[in-house]
This record gives sequence, C-alpha cells and structure tokens, in this order.
Amino acid sequence: MIESLIKSDRAELTQSTRKGSPVVLSTRVRLARNLSDIPFPERATSAQRSDVLSKCADHIGGLKQMKSGAFFDISQLSELEKQVLVERHLISRELCESEQGSGVIINKDQTCSVMINEEDHLRIQFLKTGFNLNSVWKQMDRFDSDLEDLLDVAFSSEFGFLTACPTNLGTGLRASVMMHLPGLVISEQMERVIRAVNQLGITVRGLFGEGSDATGHVFQISNQQTLGESESEIITRLGSVLKTIIDHEVNARFKYLEENRAKLLDKIGRAFGVLQNVHFLSSNEAMNLLSLMRLSVDFNMLPESNRSDVDRLFIECQPGHIQYAAHEGIEPELRDIARADKLREEFSHLPPLNFDKVGESK
Amino acid sequence: MADNLKCSNCNKEATVHLTQIVNNKIHKVDLCESCAQKKGVTDPQGFSLADLLSKTALTPDSSEASLVCPNCGLETSDFRRTGRLGCSACFQVFGDLVRPALEDMHVGLTHKGKIPEVALTRQNSQAQLQALKDSLASAIAEEAYEEAAKLRDLIHELEVAVAELEVTEA
Ligand SMILES: [Zn+2]
Ligand SMILES: [Zn+2]
Repeated sequence: MIESLIKSDRAELTQSTRKGSPVVLSTRVRLARNLSDIPFPERATSAQRSDVLSKCADHIGGLKQMKSGAFFDISQLSELEKQVLVERHLISRELCESEQGSGVIINKDQTCSVMINEEDHLRIQFLKTGFNLNSVWKQMDRFDSDLEDLLDVAFSSEFGFLTACPTNLGTGLRASVMMHLPGLVISEQMERVIRAVNQLGITVRGLFGEGSDATGHVFQISNQQTLGESESEIITRLGSVLKTIIDHEVNARFKYLEENRAKLLDKIGRAFGVLQNVHFLSSNEAMNLLSLMRLSVDFNMLPESNRSDVDRLFIECQPGHIQYAAHEGIEPELRDIARADKLREEFSHLPPLNFDKVGESK
Repeated sequence: MADNLKCSNCNKEATVHLTQIVNNKIHKVDLCESCAQKKGVTDPQGFSLADLLSKTALTPDSSEASLVCPNCGLETSDFRRTGRLGCSACFQVFGDLVRPALEDMHVGLTHKGKIPEVALTRQNSQAQLQALKDSLASAIAEEAYEEAAKLRDLIHELEVAVAELEVTEA
C-alpha cells in the first residue's frame, strides 16, 4: 500500500535538495489536538473511533496542504509497512499498536503527517530537513488554523488545548530537532550537555538507541513543557538552547581535529574503506560508519552534494527499509548482507576522500 | 480491583491505598498489610488528625471522594492509575486532581498560547442556538406566541451567522 510513498522522488527526508546543515539533520513540530464532543481515543467506543477517523480523514484530506496526499488505515497495513513509516518518522510506534479505527494522512512530499486516533484524536506533524524551527512552526500554525475552521477542537482557557495526557496540555506543541553530535560524544561531553539541558525542561534522546553514546551519534532534542508558555516562547527557548549545542558541537569537532588529527582522519578513512568493501553489516555499525561519513562532508573530505546521500542512507539502512526493498521479511543475517550490498554499491560512486582541505571553512 | 497494585515499599500485593499530599502535591502510595503496619498508617494512635493536617499527612483513599466523569465514565482510580484523562468534560470533573500535577510538569499553570477563536465562537453560538431553540419550544408549549415569534427571528439571525462560520463539508 505504501509503495508510491517509498518510491517517491520528492520525499523531504530522503530526497531533499535544500542546503544541509552540519549539525542538524531535521526539524519536526507536532501538535496534539482533540475534538471537543467525543471521548479521547482510549475512552471512545469503536463506533466513535470510526466516526472520528472518517470525519477527520475527510476534512484534513480536503485541506490544500494535503493535496494529493495519501490516507492509510493502520489496520490495513502490514507490520513491515508500519515499520517503514515509523523509520521515516511519519507515524509513531504507539499508532502501530492501536486497535481498529486509527489512521494517518501523509502529504505528497512527506513533510506533513496527521495521525488519527493515536493517544489524542489528532497528532499533526510537520517535518523539514535542516534547522528550521521558525518556518516549520509557521507552516504548522497555518495548518492548525485552517483545521480549526473545520473541526470543533477541545479547548479551555485555563488548560489550553485539552489532551489525554496532562504532559501535553496548553499548546500541545512538541518541537524536536535531530542533531548529529559526534564531537560532543567523542570528547565525552554529551552527558554534561544532557544534564544541563534537562534543567531547562529540554529532553535529549538517542535516535537509534538510548543514552549518551547513541548509535550514529544522532540525538533527538525537544521541549518537554507545553503549558505556561506561548508557542513562540517555546520555539524561541528551544532554538536558543539548540544554537548553544551547535556551537559546542562545532568547537568540540575542531578541538578534537586539532588534537587528534591523525587519529580522526584514520577513523574516517577506514570507515570509507569499509563502506566500499563491506559484505556483511549490522544496522548499528552502519549508523556509526554513516556518522563518520557525515562528518567527512563537514570537514570537506567529501563534496557537499553527498550530504543528502548520507542522510538518505541513515533512513534507508534501517531494518524495515532494508526488508521492504528486498520485497519480503528477510532474516537478520540476510538483512546484514543486503545492507552491505546497498552501501557498497552507493559508496562505489563516490569520489575518493580528499584530505587536502580538511576542516577549512567552506 | 482488576489489576493488583504492588506495594511501593516491598512489591507485595498492596491492600492499603493512600494518597499522600506533600506541599500541595498529590502522591499516590500503595502499601501491603505489613508495610502499612510498620509505617503506622493502620494504627489510629500513629495516624492522628494532626498528622493529616501536617505537611506529610497521609490521607486514606476512602476519604478522597471518588469522582466519575458523566461524559466518558472515567473514575478517580482510573486517572490515578493511568495519569490520563478520558474526554474534555474530565477536566471539569478532575480539575482539582490535575492542577497539582502540573506544577512539576510545566513552566506555568495556565495556557498562554494560541486560542482557537473561530472554533470557540462557533461552539458558543451553537450552545446559544440550542438554548434559544429550547426557549422556543417552551414558549410554544406555553402558547406564548409573541415570544415565540421573537425567538424565531433570533434563531434565524444566529443560524445565518453560524452558517458563515461553518465551512462547507468536503
Ligand atoms: Zn510491603
Ligand atoms: Zn471524561
């Protein structure tokens, strides 16, 4: 069912041509919304859930932002299809587990998805590559206002937008940015950063795996608090924390390069060699190798034009994507072979690493 | 009780359920018989009214009025167990239980963000419209025809206004 979505040559996360950012992979904003007169999904009857699903699918599908979008009934998708959508951040794991009467609408370039009957009636998400908090929020705000004209949303002047879980009350807004932080990890500063931003109500999670040395050095950083601040205050506060993290990351990279030049270039060089010759590769190891390749673009060892390839491979090397491409649910061992074949092929087209301008400003 | 709660002290099955209020924040405590005894919560001597009013007072569950949402059927115990509300109406019913929990969770206790003006105006007009229709029905029942005619005009005006707020069905 999701064939056209995966084959699409316009998907934001895997096909973006916009100029990439050295530290930020992508920006996401989500809003939690509920209809005022129907119990939240968990307490709704199955008839009420189906009503919400068809009503919201109709209204949202009709919005101009959703033109030529696709609607999927979750109960109609296979486990593998759901996994692929999770890996693309288009649906949540929680939605996959949901019973009858849940769905998702995804727009053409996969920048917007609306989950229906997840924990709340609606979970709206906008996503863009790079560091784009303000513009993604603006898109979201417009979409939300258009939606408000069509549906009666649950709202109270005290608690704001009403949500099943009190942690989402108020704005219902969660903004998160996916950051590549190899410098902070290698220089063992990540734990300190996590603790410091936690104090500011900001959460850090490993994207692939937990803890301060997440696989692939990719972290998802988001606001925890939704009530008591306006949307723009939340965005501004998160944005300024993220800018600080970006500065720290860039400094850590250059400091490490200065002090451990041979060691770092060796690590990147070996990773490149592995990727061109590998025949068996686990998902974790692939993420770590790709992390070094992203760093090599930042250090001018690979052309800037290859950044989007590396970012695409972060997604396409996930277990679901590897299996989906093989047209069947294949065993982990065969997956590791398929993943290696894919990366070997992709990296055979890249120019050799250029060690002449390492770390010079672009 | 459908799912057995575990003693928060030793993990045995809890039979004593308490709500502890510390600095105005509600903490739920479930204890087994023996731990409850050790803590003196079943001993009337060790559990005085003075303690109840002090900052670490334990309030037996039974004294906490069990509330039920008339719209979705959620009960106090459901909210305590899952931490989730069941519908919009729940916020009126369980508001006093939700508020203390927000203090540790958020920057502030009241909404400062976007207000869905259009949806609110529409909801208010619809509520107003229903009220007018109810009055019209009773005016007709009471054969107050002059009053009924006035109400009919008001209803018509409001319906036109509401129609402008509604976007045509997709
Ligand atoms: Zn015990
Ligand atoms: Zn309720």
